Amino acid sequence: MTSDNMKNDTANAYIGEKTGLETMNATSGKVMIKVQGLKKYYKYGVVKALDGIDIEINKGDCMVVIGPSGSGKSTFLRSLNLLEEPTDGSIIFDGTDITDEKIDVDKFRQRMGMVFQHFNLFPHKTILENLTLAPMIVKHKTKEEAEAQAHEMLKRVGLDDRADAYPVQLSGGQKQRVAIVRALCMEPEVMLFDEPTSALDPEMVGEVLDVMRELAQQGMTMVCVTHEMGFAREVGNRVVFMADGKLVEQGTPQEIFGAPKSERLRDFLSKVL
Amino acid sequence: MTISAANFSKLWQYLPMLGQGLLVTVLLAALTVACGFVLALGLALMLLSDVRPLRRYERIKTDDIKKKKHYDRIARFNPVKLLASIYVAFVRCTPSLVQIFLIYYVVFGFISLPKFTFFGFIQFERFVPAAVALALNSGGYMSDVIRGGIEGVDKGQTEAARSLGMSKSETMKEIIFPQAIKNVLPAFANEFVTIIKESSVCYTIGVQDIMFNVKSIQSATFIIAEPLLMATFLYFCLCYPTSKAISIVERRMRQSDQR
Repeated sequence: MTSDNMKNDTANAYIGEKTGLETMNATSGKVMIKVQGLKKYYKYGVVKALDGIDIEINKGDCMVVIGPSGSGKSTFLRSLNLLEEPTDGSIIFDGTDITDEKIDVDKFRQRMGMVFQHFNLFPHKTILENLTLAPMIVKHKTKEEAEAQAHEMLKRVGLDDRADAYPVQLSGGQKQRVAIVRALCMEPEVMLFDEPTSALDPEMVGEVLDVMRELAQQGMTMVCVTHEMGFAREVGNRVVFMADGKLVEQGTPQEIFGAPKSERLRDFLSKVL
Repeated sequence: MTISAANFSKLWQYLPMLGQGLLVTVLLAALTVACGFVLALGLALMLLSDVRPLRRYERIKTDDIKKKKHYDRIARFNPVKLLASIYVAFVRCTPSLVQIFLIYYVVFGFISLPKFTFFGFIQFERFVPAAVALALNSGGYMSDVIRGGIEGVDKGQTEAARSLGMSKSETMKEIIFPQAIKNVLPAFANEFVTIIKESSVCYTIGVQDIMFNVKSIQSATFIIAEPLLMATFLYFCLCYPTSKAISIVERRMRQSDQR
């Protein structure tokens, strides 16, 4: 708990001095992903899932995105690694605009891990094969290297004894932990979490959040879409509130939960807290 | 019209002919399904392809929605998919008998095949056109089944694989195909049963399958009903156990899903 507070304090120090969207060169390091005017329209603009999002994600950030359902949080997250193709705007990842059509998106997706609401483990492969597949065929690691790494990662989440099981044999919480490890096996620079605990039984939420908390403490850059307000408050160093495809308010957890400015956010918080 | 035991006993000596017919039918069906599957796979990939030479039209920025819709329609143009769709539509909307005649008289009217027999009684120059025609037909039907099997795999699987940095083809090969095959295998085996029955139209171009031999026996003995009954029995004995076996395998596979 004390280490958490310390982490938040250092993070707060830099967030405290920023105004609006101008954040640069503070304690937490450089800008990793810069999103500019991101728009995603359906039906030729009748449905505006994202209506001009500008934000910067810095190295070491644990950014939590909250908002009512249909507010575009998931679409925003999925746009970051181009699972949704944006209608307009740019996403600059480590200095390169990945929305450029000449870019090899696969190269950048390797550097961004993603965890899904429904786990999406490969059902026809064992846990170990799930973890080693991408490192072997994408990063051309040998089988031995990939397996050694996978075992080590599984040990860290306490699932090494299930290495030869199939996904159907695991509980929801175990599946999600494996899914997190699968993404980590690619040694990503950013982890994207798309409502990782929403499909879980309540008693399994804790074990998944523990893994995520540990990851944040190790300094992994994370973007989490979640409904777990406790997690947002405790682990996040920045909280972003979205509604109707727009970024309504952002700040530290203390600012967002303690002193919400906009009416929309106050209304949202009164319903979820 | 009579059906008598005496007639059946007269047919006894022609039994080897029906046996040869049986072999031809099974061979034809097996070859058709194997070739048809390869063709169907190719067609399915064409149907699912994303070859859009005019894709750049999508990126033209305009505020006029009507114009934008028009550009998007142009951008969606996929010649590979169009070709496959036309082929499938043609196969589905013309009778298989017409297709067999087209292949035998027209296509193989231009290509002359060497005339010889294999296994002692199968005429190569008739067997091959029949197999080709049936395979082309079956491939058309099966392509839609395979496409459905591929599309039936959860979208999350593709997203997970792509988010790990795997390319489109790697995802297809490692993740989608192994799961799609499971969806498709029962339909694929059922196609084998369908083809056994369908292949009976091949007697019209002189392939010596079961029906062709029935005709020969009828004209040799002037016995009409009994050879037909025997053929019916043969077809049934071929198809019923096969379809039973398929449903058992299918049930087993479903159980292994709930491992």
